Amino acid sequence: MTATTATSTPSSLSAPNTGATVQLIDVVKDYAGQRALDGVALSINPGEFIALLGPSGCGKTTALRALSGLEQVDGGHILIDGKDVVDVPVNKRDIGMVFQSYSLFPHLTAGENVEFGLRMRKVGAAERRRRAAETLELVGLDHHVGRYAHQLSGGQQQRVALARALVTQPRVLLLDEPLSALDAKVRVQLREEIRRIQLDLGITTLYVTHDQEEALSVSDHVAVMYGGRIEQMGSPAEMYSAPATPFVAEYIGTMNRLEGTVVDGGVSHAGTTLRIEEAQSRPRGERVLVLVRPETVAVERANGGGGGVNTLVGDVVTQTFLGPVTRLKILGDGVDVIADVPTQKALSLPVGTRVAAVLPAEGARLLSLKEDVPQIAEEPVPAGR
Amino acid sequence: MSRSIATRIGAEPGKATRSVILIIVGLVFVVPIAAMLEFTFRAGLAGGYTFAHWTGIFDPAQASNYSNLLVGIGNSVVLAIVTVAIVLVVLLPTMILVHLQFPRLRRVLEIICIVPITVPAIVLVVGLAPVYSVVVTILGGDTWTLAFAYGITVLPYAYRAIQANLGAVDMITLSEAGRSLGAGWLRVLWHVILPNLRRGIIAASFISVAVVLGEFTIASLLNRTNMQTALLQLAQTDGYVAVIFALLSLIVAFLILLLIGRLGRTRGNRSTS
Ligand SMILES: Nc1ncnc2c1ncn2[C@@H]1O[C@H](COP(=O)(O)OP(=O)(O)O)[C@@H](O)[C@H]1O
Ligand SMILES: [Mg+2]
Repeated sequence: MTATTATSTPSSLSAPNTGATVQLIDVVKDYAGQRALDGVALSINPGEFIALLGPSGCGKTTALRALSGLEQVDGGHILIDGKDVVDVPVNKRDIGMVFQSYSLFPHLTAGENVEFGLRMRKVGAAERRRRAAETLELVGLDHHVGRYAHQLSGGQQQRVALARALVTQPRVLLLDEPLSALDAKVRVQLREEIRRIQLDLGITTLYVTHDQEEALSVSDHVAVMYGGRIEQMGSPAEMYSAPATPFVAEYIGTMNRLEGTVVDGGVSHAGTTLRIEEAQSRPRGERVLVLVRPETVAVERANGGGGGVNTLVGDVVTQTFLGPVTRLKILGDGVDVIADVPTQKALSLPVGTRVAAVLPAEGARLLSLKEDVPQIAEEPVPAGR
Repeated sequence: MSRSIATRIGAEPGKATRSVILIIVGLVFVVPIAAMLEFTFRAGLAGGYTFAHWTGIFDPAQASNYSNLLVGIGNSVVLAIVTVAIVLVVLLPTMILVHLQFPRLRRVLEIICIVPITVPAIVLVVGLAPVYSVVVTILGGDTWTLAFAYGITVLPYAYRAIQANLGAVDMITLSEAGRSLGAGWLRVLWHVILPNLRRGIIAASFISVAVVLGEFTIASLLNRTNMQTALLQLAQTDGYVAVIFALLSLIVAFLILLLIGRLGRTRGNRSTS
């Protein structure tokens, strides 16, 4: 990392003081009696890129605004580099922000926009211009210095906004769904670029998004938020393979959720007993949710007779082409499973075929069903592809 | 640009219809003005035309006839300036504050600002007369105090002009961006809000000037001299000159409106609407 920093980062940006620690401790925020943040706890290491992921209305923006100082909190502490900044106004917090809506000053050129923060810090004109040019180069827009916002595309505007936020070398970079207004293609390209720049500068970054693919693909850690709380935080791989709550399981990736009861030797579901390792440590009779990723379900043509171990029998009712794999929806007596099989193989299992779906004994996870499992309106996009 | 044209095309009347409408509306405006112009060249009841009425204005010998008008014009200019100052010092900050900090008060402010348009000037005067008897004892009877009343009459126009601008720019996000970049409130106001409200501020100012220069009822009923009351007085002694000055004031008002239209169309500062 140090090697790339030395070669690709403009001198004035690679300041040693970037990369602060950030801690939110029990942060509470109410809007007219309605709780938007319900004890948010979050800890970010220096130089880390954290994605704050969650459905619309779960409090992501509010959390970010609380950290930035744009919103006063009703309780808790916010520490930047160990110092409580709850009473420090926005303009003194030394943070960089990129907003969801286009926020370039329309009366200023791209260059002047980037210079704005330096002007507020009383940096001389010559140095301002030099640093603005360097930062615009970093985001690949050095040839657009003189353009106004309305002469730039949405993606270019957000690049300038990023440069504007970075030029003052803030201690923390905050981005609130900066790509949500852009085309899918630009979105993918720009998120990778944001990550590259962030790694280059080593700046502590909190990135708010409701797009789980975006969150998983660029961040060091993902924090999933729901109902004003952080449900779980971990590396993208951990979040995908070991969701800690039913909500996270549902929200990240696509998941089969099979309700069942713990019995001797496994979990009783749809008339069969699923051998699931985790079940052995559970009390008998407990209601649980068996979580199985569709790509771990093996599907074979059913050959008459009863099922083997961990086998659920049903008919293929739909096929959804997803590129290298095809998603099968399998319905049977009490059986409702989706499975991703190689597209080549799916050709031999057309709609109407009676199939046996074999669940893995090890890959499946169990969650206790004591809490109500939230329903998510939109079908989550498959992750990791 | 092309987008706004494209969306408007469907709603636009055909070319012929448009021309007819334009001609009719144009006639409504042009005929009285042309008649006024023609009148100023008439050589009395005998018939024939002369430039005498126009050249007479510049005749020093007759200057005393117009001295009252000059006082009126001077008063109107002062009133226009004070009224614009009231708009900029009272209305503008209030609107910015309400827009950014107290969005719940927006409706209330709108209603308050629009109400004066529904109140006839006469009614306003009836209400203002006792107020002014107090104002006079405190601030004296100078004509400029009329500006307080004018500040109310121009409220709806100035409010509309500024509000249109506020609505077209995402002022909240812009000022939050400014704050996050290290600017305190004053600097956000100066470096972010005011530059982006330039058009609305200028339009509000010019419209206020136009309204004040054309005001007659309040000044007349409160016994003050402004351009319009002086014109009426003059009309009773010299009808020709009164019409000439009325024409001139029309031209000035027209130029002001033209300028506002221009400002509305300047490029480079177009908001991202
Ligand atoms: N200014 C506000 N006034 C009242 N309620 C608000 C305000 N901002 C957000 N909320 C409420 O707080 C909750 C969280 O909002 P937000 O943080 O914007 O969610 P997200 O960014 O995750 O979509 C929502 O229920 C929203 O309605
Ligand atoms: Mg949001």
